[in-house]
Amino acid sequence: MPPRTLETLTLASVSDIVIARQRARHWAIEMKFSLVEQTKIVTAASELARNTVEHGGGGTMVISTDGNRIRQALKLTFEDKGLGIADVEQAMRDGFTTSGGMGLGLGGSKRLMNQFEIDSRLGQGTRVTVTRWK
Amino acid sequence: MGVFLIVTIQVDMHDQLAMKLQDDLTSAIAKSESRGVLIDISSLEIVDSFIGRMLANIAAMSRVLDAHTVLVGMQPAVAITLVELGMSLPGVRTALNVESGMALLHSLSDHPKESEEDASSDT
Ligand SMILES: Nc1ncnc2c1ncn2[C@@H]1O[C@H](COP(=O)(O)OP(=O)(O)OP(=O)(O)O)[C@@H](O)[C@H]1O
Ligand SMILES: [Mg+2]
Repeated sequence: MPPRTLETLTLASVSDIVIARQRARHWAIEMKFSLVEQTKIVTAASELARNTVEHGGGGTMVISTDGNRIRQALKLTFEDKGLGIADVEQAMRDGFTTSGGMGLGLGGSKRLMNQFEIDSRLGQGTRVTVTRWK
Repeated sequence: MGVFLIVTIQVDMHDQLAMKLQDDLTSAIAKSESRGVLIDISSLEIVDSFIGRMLANIAAMSRVLDAHTVLVGMQPAVAITLVELGMSLPGVRTALNVESGMALLHSLSDHPKESEEDASSDT
């Protein structure tokens, strides 16, 4: 099975974060992830969608699927054209925040998912892709 | 022993609604001079860093107002995820259900302040 886009969402305001959680849940159920796995996926989606809205000035979330007949993956890609992250390594560290948050969104999402990729360019934007395999 | 406030969170709240709940609850604790707040989160399907921070803030503010906060009914999948996320919910006491949460609130507010701090290590 080739990678397939399931849905694309616009993330502009805090109410879009709620929708991002609902759609991530929908597809996680559709792909028959366990309840604990669903919860991890939805929590990561919530963290990364909030970062896109709060830090990235808004953007998109693409839900897609990848894999083969034996193993399938649910992939979430968050993209914005915001200010970008000056020091990604620092931003990934638990407790690092520029906004009075917990500083757990990036590090936490990485732990909750099986794969985590981040590409951020100062002045150009940020893209984070997380994948959970079944 | 004064009144206890019971709050049930029943919807997937967006961030501003969560902030409003935090503010409203803090005012309600001050106004009612209640000694304890029980927050039932059994309908919550996730707790992310934002909701976690809100719950920790409510607990911290209620302490300043001389009240205790007990969180009840956290779903197992939520608890597992919260640990992996890295949220430790400092200062937030938890109980399995409303009944045991109420019992905990009663015992906490029966004790004088000094002994409470000692008692917290075994909860
Ligand atoms: N999409 C983004 N665009 C620009 N900066 C970002 C983006 N995502 C994260 N960051 C930066 O990385 C930091 C860490 O992000 P992280 O999600 O871990 O914590 P936080 O958002 O500050 O707090 P929280 O625990 O509430 O998520 C942010 O404070 C911000 O400076
Ligand atoms: Mg964040």
